[in-house]
Amino acid sequence: MSCCAPGIEPAAGESAASRAEEVRLASRDLGDGLRQTDLSVPAMHCGGCIQAVEGALSALPGVEDARVNLSSRRATIRWRDDAGPPPFVETLGGIGYEAHLYDPGTEPKDTALTELLRALAVAGFAASNIMLLSVSVWAGADPATRDLFHALSALIALPALAYSGRVFFRSAWNALKHGRTNMDVPISIGVTMAFGLSVYETLHRGAHAYFDASVTLLFFLLIGRTLDHLMRERARTAVKGLARLAARGALVRQPDGANVYLPVDDIAVGMTILLAAGERVPVDGRVVSGRSDIDRSLLSGESAPAPVAAGALLQAGTLNLTGPLTLVATAVARDSFLAEMMRLMEAAEAGRSAYRRIADRASRLYAPVVHAAAFLTLIGWLIVTGDLHRAVTVAIAVLIITCPCALGLAVPMVQVMAARRLFERGMLLKDGGALERLAEIDTVVFDKTGTLTLGQPRLLHPETIDADALGLAAAMALHSRHPYSRALAAAGAALAPPLDASVVSEHPGAGLEARIGKQVYRLGRASWALSRPDEDNDIGAANVVLARDGRRLAGFAFEDGLRDGARAAIGELTERGFDVEVLSGDRDAAVRRIAGELGARHLAEVTPAGKVARIGEIEAGGHRVLMVGDGLNDAPALAAAHASMAPASAADVGRNAADLVFLHESLRAVPEAIGIARNAARLVQQNLALAVGYNVIAVPIAVLGYVTPLIAAAAMSSSSIIVIANALRLRGVRRGRTPARAPTSPSLVAQPVAGNSG
Amino acid sequence: MTDFLYLVPIALGLGLAGLAAFMWALRSGQYDDLDGAAERILLDDDKPLRK
Repeated sequence: MSCCAPGIEPAAGESAASRAEEVRLASRDLGDGLRQTDLSVPAMHCGGCIQAVEGALSALPGVEDARVNLSSRRATIRWRDDAGPPPFVETLGGIGYEAHLYDPGTEPKDTALTELLRALAVAGFAASNIMLLSVSVWAGADPATRDLFHALSALIALPALAYSGRVFFRSAWNALKHGRTNMDVPISIGVTMAFGLSVYETLHRGAHAYFDASVTLLFFLLIGRTLDHLMRERARTAVKGLARLAARGALVRQPDGANVYLPVDDIAVGMTILLAAGERVPVDGRVVSGRSDIDRSLLSGESAPAPVAAGALLQAGTLNLTGPLTLVATAVARDSFLAEMMRLMEAAEAGRSAYRRIADRASRLYAPVVHAAAFLTLIGWLIVTGDLHRAVTVAIAVLIITCPCALGLAVPMVQVMAARRLFERGMLLKDGGALERLAEIDTVVFDKTGTLTLGQPRLLHPETIDADALGLAAAMALHSRHPYSRALAAAGAALAPPLDASVVSEHPGAGLEARIGKQVYRLGRASWALSRPDEDNDIGAANVVLARDGRRLAGFAFEDGLRDGARAAIGELTERGFDVEVLSGDRDAAVRRIAGELGARHLAEVTPAGKVARIGEIEAGGHRVLMVGDGLNDAPALAAAHASMAPASAADVGRNAADLVFLHESLRAVPEAIGIARNAARLVQQNLALAVGYNVIAVPIAVLGYVTPLIAAAAMSSSSIIVIANALRLRGVRRGRTPARAPTSPSLVAQPVAGNSG
Repeated sequence: MTDFLYLVPIALGLGLAGLAAFMWALRSGQYDDLDGAAERILLDDDKPLRK
């Protein structure tokens, strides 16, 4: 199964007991002792994956049935609750698929798509049958047959309009009720007027009926509407499928000494929480006992983990790396740091000037012009001929011919194509409006930790370090999940001598200790590993030292590695005239170094609110900002910026706030996305020009009263097809500039950052 | 000339049958996993789905 072993190891060290509780908490009771669990498995992408995942899950004891949905990348498992939940996540991790619990209860079932598909099917049926009848009428049926066919068409069209037209009528009515107008208003008016006129003609045995026009129009427009919906839905489910980084619950010690697993929302201030190494802090709390290192990178952008001991305050969402901790909750979930970020985000969103989508702006101009034209036609014909019936017929013909069929398809078709191109390059687009906004930006603001960098330290200059020392350090580091240890283990894996796990012990907050023979080796902070750290003046930039019996053997310095393609991406953006800035919550020195290396302006030690303020400042200067960030602390800035992007490794909140999520590691996604968005914007303009051009030709014909149902049908279909064909021309960005490497596969594999699998 | 008296009902009936078939397929979840369905026909798995 080489094609689908993405090499993802299970999420680092979730403790088994609380994991099982978490699985049970997220499962649904089907009655009869049967429970259902939904897992999101983003790495599945082929037939082999279906077999592997279903096979592995079905083989577990207690599993009744496992079924994979490849489109949504989910697995549904029904299991008997006899001996606790089987180890789903661990099993899938074992065969190389990262899996996350997925809670279907958190979102309503998508009924909109089903409704659209039904409406589309009904409209398609009606359109094809009415067209069949219309063709025989146009071919010159005798008057009796013609009247019969018109009557038949009316019978088919009425239920079809009533059923399929609801989508537009409802939205048009809502808009009118609030004193606005949107694209659905002219659509609804055109369709109903065409139908009404045709019924009148049929009753009076007239020669011309527009049933085919009104139903075909609905059919075309529903295609556009459905595509638009599909695109958004796909991105939404894919984004939801990525890992949840917030804790779902925590092990709480009751006053009577029993430990229970409680959901996050049930944790109250003052409760005692037991937090194993590798777990995220569920709510803000104070450490009561235990020592560990805490990774705050998602929250504050600090790249280096910090040691904590009793008395330290922890924020919800930080990751406990090395040792078990006992906490007392100091805030409930809704008052925690996360909730504070949400409030900031809402404020930022409210502050951002509302963006009106191109289609809406077009319809604001379009509807009044079209209706005025139809009204003037009516008046004109009344004055010239005095024939009310003739005047009304011509005026309605104008409405039919101008009904924004091409216009309705012009924008969604391009955006669907753009979403597809982005998807092929591993980017997920939230909605079409985001694409339009992305095309307008001229300034790009990057977060540092986790965005420009991997958020994972990397050993500096391994070649200058003594090979024996590096090997020993790597062998010891294998026993820890501290980021520095992982970097060491990754760098020195080939040199590492075999080391018995029993001789290595971890001292949370300090480092690792190994007893080999009579000698004590320590790998960690200089102040702990060295017997006389003050005398050692050679520490320099080293973050970690290796010592034997208190004497230094080697020092290791780490830096946060640059994300793949960071330099190329920023180079390309600068070259294309974008203003690039780095905005980080990390220390000034770290930010200065990275920004200097990339040749970008920088601001360091910026608070979340500060980031929003800075973006406001840039936008006040008349610029449009694209914010690229991943942390919780970036979420308000992502919401505030004109457009925003986040890597798949970002915090949930950030991912949900961002307009685009890129799944591959490379930052090249940023210039590529901008390129695609600009191409799409150009095609949208062309399409709008085509639609307007069509009207410029067709409206005079209609006003002069030369439109027959045949001409209306031909004109509408051909204009729609031209617009669709033009949209299909959308290609990705020019391939010339990208390096000669195979195009990235459209798989949804959320690539883990290097070293994660150590 | 009177042929269409039965031809038209036949045409409409066929259309309706197609529409009904589509509605049934939609309702029974056959459109839930289009990517999966495309792959599954290639799998050598003759076991019926356990219900």
